[in-house]
Amino acid sequence: MIKRYLSAMALALGLFVVTVPAFAQEGGEGLPSAGTNVNDRASLQRGAKLFFNYCVGCHSLKYVRYSRVASDLGLSEDEVMSNLNFTGAKFGEPVISHMPADSAKTWFGKEPPDLSLEARAKGVDFIFNYLNSFYLDPSRPVGWNNTVFPNASMPNPLWELQGLQVAVHSEATPGHDSVVEKLELSQPGRMTPEEFKGATRDLATFLEYTAEPAVLQRQSVGVWVVLFLALLTFLLYLVKHEYWKDVHENH
Amino acid sequence: MANLFDWVNERAPNLAPTFRKHMTEYYAPKNFNLWYYFGSLAILVLVNQIVTGIFLTMNYKTSALEAFNSVEYIMRDVEWGWLIRYMHSTGASLFFVVVFLHMFRGIMYGSFKRPRELVWILGMLIFLVLMAEAFMGYVLPWGNMSFWGAKVIISLFGTIPYIGPGLVEWIMGDFLPADATLNRFFALHVIALPLVLLLLVVLHLAALHEVGSNNPDGVDVKHGPKGNRWDASKPIDAIPFHPYYTVKDLVGVGFFLLIAAFIIFFAPTFGGWFLEHDNFTPANNLVTPTHIKPSWYFTPFYAILRMIPSFFGTAIWGVIGMFGSILMLALLPWLDRGEVRSVRFRGMGYRIALAVLVISFLSLGAVGAGVTAELIPEWFPGADATTLENAFGRVMTVAYFGFFIFIWVYTHFGLEKTKPVPERVTTHD
Repeated sequence: MIKRYLSAMALALGLFVVTVPAFAQEGGEGLPSAGTNVNDRASLQRGAKLFFNYCVGCHSLKYVRYSRVASDLGLSEDEVMSNLNFTGAKFGEPVISHMPADSAKTWFGKEPPDLSLEARAKGVDFIFNYLNSFYLDPSRPVGWNNTVFPNASMPNPLWELQGLQVAVHSEATPGHDSVVEKLELSQPGRMTPEEFKGATRDLATFLEYTAEPAVLQRQSVGVWVVLFLALLTFLLYLVKHEYWKDVHENH
Repeated sequence: MANLFDWVNERAPNLAPTFRKHMTEYYAPKNFNLWYYFGSLAILVLVNQIVTGIFLTMNYKTSALEAFNSVEYIMRDVEWGWLIRYMHSTGASLFFVVVFLHMFRGIMYGSFKRPRELVWILGMLIFLVLMAEAFMGYVLPWGNMSFWGAKVIISLFGTIPYIGPGLVEWIMGDFLPADATLNRFFALHVIALPLVLLLLVVLHLAALHEVGSNNPDGVDVKHGPKGNRWDASKPIDAIPFHPYYTVKDLVGVGFFLLIAAFIIFFAPTFGGWFLEHDNFTPANNLVTPTHIKPSWYFTPFYAILRMIPSFFGTAIWGVIGMFGSILMLALLPWLDRGEVRSVRFRGMGYRIALAVLVISFLSLGAVGAGVTAELIPEWFPGADATTLENAFGRVMTVAYFGFFIFIWVYTHFGLEKTKPVPERVTTHD
């Protein structure tokens, strides 16, 4: 009886554990996977460095405090204040960009969105692929376009690292407009394509963290909660088994 | 302690017997199976929603300007706030999982039949209030899907002739879902509906304990032989709820919490099914989400709404169909005239109809959630996806309502060939 219970429980949990990861990833639809690992602290730190060097000029993380970044990423107050905080904010204050909203509208046509929750709203796969899919397009106001998010208002902020990509268009046939077939590197940047993929993966990892700082805590606490509940359930089963001996004897 | 008990007993002599009747000495059939866990689990989730809800209100701000920020504040700056919020949001979805299974159990084993019609009707009222409660709770985080979901659902009332448009404004308190809407939904979600819900749950249980629980065999244990080892006057096939079902339900509770913990700690958004991607963007009346769809637990009913076309210049038929699909469930005790309760002893026609009901309900859920809209172009490239989806959705809508019509015809005209129902329960293991 106990054996049957244990095997039933193992089977049910097994099925559940197999299906949960399918729901756990909050990816975009049909995009190549970003392959982020939010528990990789080094990746988070590299991503934070990239964010504070290349993104915070325009984008805020209004729900994220510098102090929280420090404690979650294992950085000291000094490291954060001298290496990451370029806005002059206090340690306990949130990450607010200094870009004036009015000028942003004039320059880009819209205000750069806050990125605190971007990874939850769009998915890490979207962020990763978006950052890899910029190409030069003279027809656009800022000279850049993007295959993942066509007609985006943002120029490629990482062009120095990635280099310049151009689009290879397909032949326009009657009834079909010419479409972008692939992107080619016309001028290399400071990073090799592989290094750049790694860098954008780090950035996506950092934004996955900012979208839900609790992710680090919940997974480590979760393991213990699940183990405790498994034990508790087993003990409760033994109690039930003991009591129900009366019922089975009765008939 | 004994003195205190006597003191109370002298002043309220009916208290102890009432407690015994509903709790310690409530006799239940001894052959409950897996399907009988979901009643007690529903109470567990209800308690969870109330307790976590109380803690959420301590930091939630009821204002269109601050609601979204305050939810993020709970998620980030409140100690264990993320856990409380995930327990509440996961609890909402699991509430419906549990309630759907609980209702299916009732249909499968004929628990809605005489003499338990009142129990069933009270349960259906609970289901209605629960849907209203869930809908209003969904609006409170004031994300973009909250906003557009509220707009679409409230607009349904606009299809009512003459008073519709005025009614929509009256419900929202504005021309769009706005601060006034959010505030009144908060009041209803946090005070009014939970009170109604609790009252209905008490009545549901009181009505159940009056007539006694059904069981997987649908056998009337009260009318069978008497005398069990606990009480000579009680049914032979019944056992006291406490301790036997209390300890058994606790095993169910442990198992349920294990699954809930997996979701809460490892997949709290459940891939966008429990917390949608579009709801992590603040409400914006200028930006429409690509696909406006309700939470997964409303999708079967939403699909019926979408699949029924407008005619005679009004879209009210879909709304009638949607509410009708729930009304049909409430009417089951009078549609199903069969004397035999449990599917174990019912005719083949009933078994097939029950399978059709499940398939149509799940299929409608897939249509309402936009799963078919995604899959059909993949499976049938080149075909007209909308036509195919509508055809599929309409067939399933007909199948859903077909169940109720079939059951009436099948039982009213005596077409069902049932098996003999045993005198006593066929025992468990």
